[in-house]
Amino acid sequence: MAQATLSQGERRLEPAVLDSDDIVAVPLRHPWRWVVAAILLAGGVSLGVSLWGNDNVHHPTISEFIFNPRILSGVLLTLVLTVVAMLVSTLLGVLLAIMRLSSNPVMTVLAWVYVWVFRGTPLLIQIVLWGYLGLLYSQISLGVPFTDFTLFSIDTNTLIPAFTAGLLALTLNQAAYSAEIVRAGMLSVDEGQYEAAYSVGMSPTFTLFKVVLPQAMRVIIPPMGNETISMLKNTSLLSVIAVLELYTVATQISSQNLRQVELLVVVSCWYLFLTSILSIPQYYLERHYGRGKARALPPTPLARAWAVLRPAPRSTIERADAQ
Amino acid sequence: MTDTTRVPIAAASVAAPLLSARKVRKSFGGVEVLKGISLDVSAGQVMCLLGPSGSGKSTFLRCINHLERIDGGRISVDGELIGYAARHGRIFEMNRREVAKQRRGIGMVFQRFNLFPHMTALENITAAPVGVRGLPKPAALARGRELLDRVGLADLAQSYPAQLSGGQQQRVAIARALAMDPKLLLFDEPTSALDPELVGDVLDVMRALAADGMTMVVVTHEIGFARGAADEVVFMDAGVVVESGPPATVLDNPQNPRTKAFLDSVM
Repeated sequence: MAQATLSQGERRLEPAVLDSDDIVAVPLRHPWRWVVAAILLAGGVSLGVSLWGNDNVHHPTISEFIFNPRILSGVLLTLVLTVVAMLVSTLLGVLLAIMRLSSNPVMTVLAWVYVWVFRGTPLLIQIVLWGYLGLLYSQISLGVPFTDFTLFSIDTNTLIPAFTAGLLALTLNQAAYSAEIVRAGMLSVDEGQYEAAYSVGMSPTFTLFKVVLPQAMRVIIPPMGNETISMLKNTSLLSVIAVLELYTVATQISSQNLRQVELLVVVSCWYLFLTSILSIPQYYLERHYGRGKARALPPTPLARAWAVLRPAPRSTIERADAQ
Repeated sequence: MTDTTRVPIAAASVAAPLLSARKVRKSFGGVEVLKGISLDVSAGQVMCLLGPSGSGKSTFLRCINHLERIDGGRISVDGELIGYAARHGRIFEMNRREVAKQRRGIGMVFQRFNLFPHMTALENITAAPVGVRGLPKPAALARGRELLDRVGLADLAQSYPAQLSGGQQQRVAIARALAMDPKLLLFDEPTSALDPELVGDVLDVMRALAADGMTMVVVTHEIGFARGAADEVVFMDAGVVVESGPPATVLDNPQNPRTKAFLDSVM
């Protein structure tokens, strides 16, 4: 059967096609991809239709609340929490990674214990503990230990309101994870780089900031992008200590109007939008720290869009080759 | 390098040696790889270290700028003990900043180039002079361009190492070492990782440096280079100096059977 098909095919071949230096072939077809895509599309459309037509979802509520001022203020607070917690925790993480890899055993152990504690207990519990710190220490004072001398003393709940407690919890927890990511990045830098830096007289600190960390960034940034997106969503855990971020605001609203599903849809749309926005800086950071690695960096999306709008004239050499 | 740093060979031969190693010993995990190496290199001299792999020649080179800590003996460069400071009649181990300061006078070129991949060729050269010695940036850039021109790469200043061939990378690495105006240049098998047709360019640069009076210690398998450029050839095997002397003696009329066997196998 197969042979018959082959000989049929051979019979139809023109001598010119066979003798040509360039193979003129029919591209490989992938019919099953179309079939699977069609099935998935049909499934998706029917799911969408059933959701849209569900009588239990009150669509006007979604459109009413998506740009509600309370929701928007929640969005803003979520963003502020994410950005501040990520920035501070990254600095702390770099510091912890440096300590962990230092030759000083005191620093190494200190960093190890930090990561052990903050990575080893659930974030939710850390948040509640920071939120209820007043139950542990009602007053926070600065003085000389084991004496009665105090410089000042302040009520814990005044010093650490819910927002600060939440920010502390997220930052300190994230620093433990970031420390391990930064450490992995630093370990990925070749030993020869340290030797080269030392051989031109660079000090260990200078080597770290000029030679090692810039190269480690290439390895650090993709997982840190991941952590940023995790952080954005983890801010919703702060609802347990009543920080007025996006999810807390949404639950407050839905407890009044009893439209739980609608407000969850609103909140999900915002989280999806924000996580999409956050992947843009990651793309450009990766490009920046990837320099010197790829022989030529691919164009940015903006440059590509520009190229589509204003296609460059094809070079005459290329055209001559094509003929 | 400017004329002022050149040391006439005649004057150097009466002065104390620039590099002096005495009974240097080094072990890795109980295996002694250097068993008491003693040698001197005068200013302006080129010394080539030859020997089979595992003979300890690269380890010895790395001890000279304290990339490896020695277990016994002493190494001094320009009269300064490497890695240790004498104060109040006692010898103290140096901290890492002091060692870094000491290394500024000793350049090193590595087998695998070890250029900084995130910096352009010019940035590789200027990073240490600007960041470590505090040279003003315009001056460092001008000097960097001059050094790139000297190694024949003037038009590749803005290229990243990944865009350069092995031979070009190694020449940038030599320029990087020269930018700190070292008293002594160490070469650790500088041509071993290169395609054969690229070796010549690197050796030409090294020959020019030798002719300019740069003091160099070169670990190499290039017998031709040793014959043409070295003032002294040292043959090492199993952690000891087996034979040393002018290239004409050691390479063409070796006395030790181990030297003979090695030279027969590489030539």
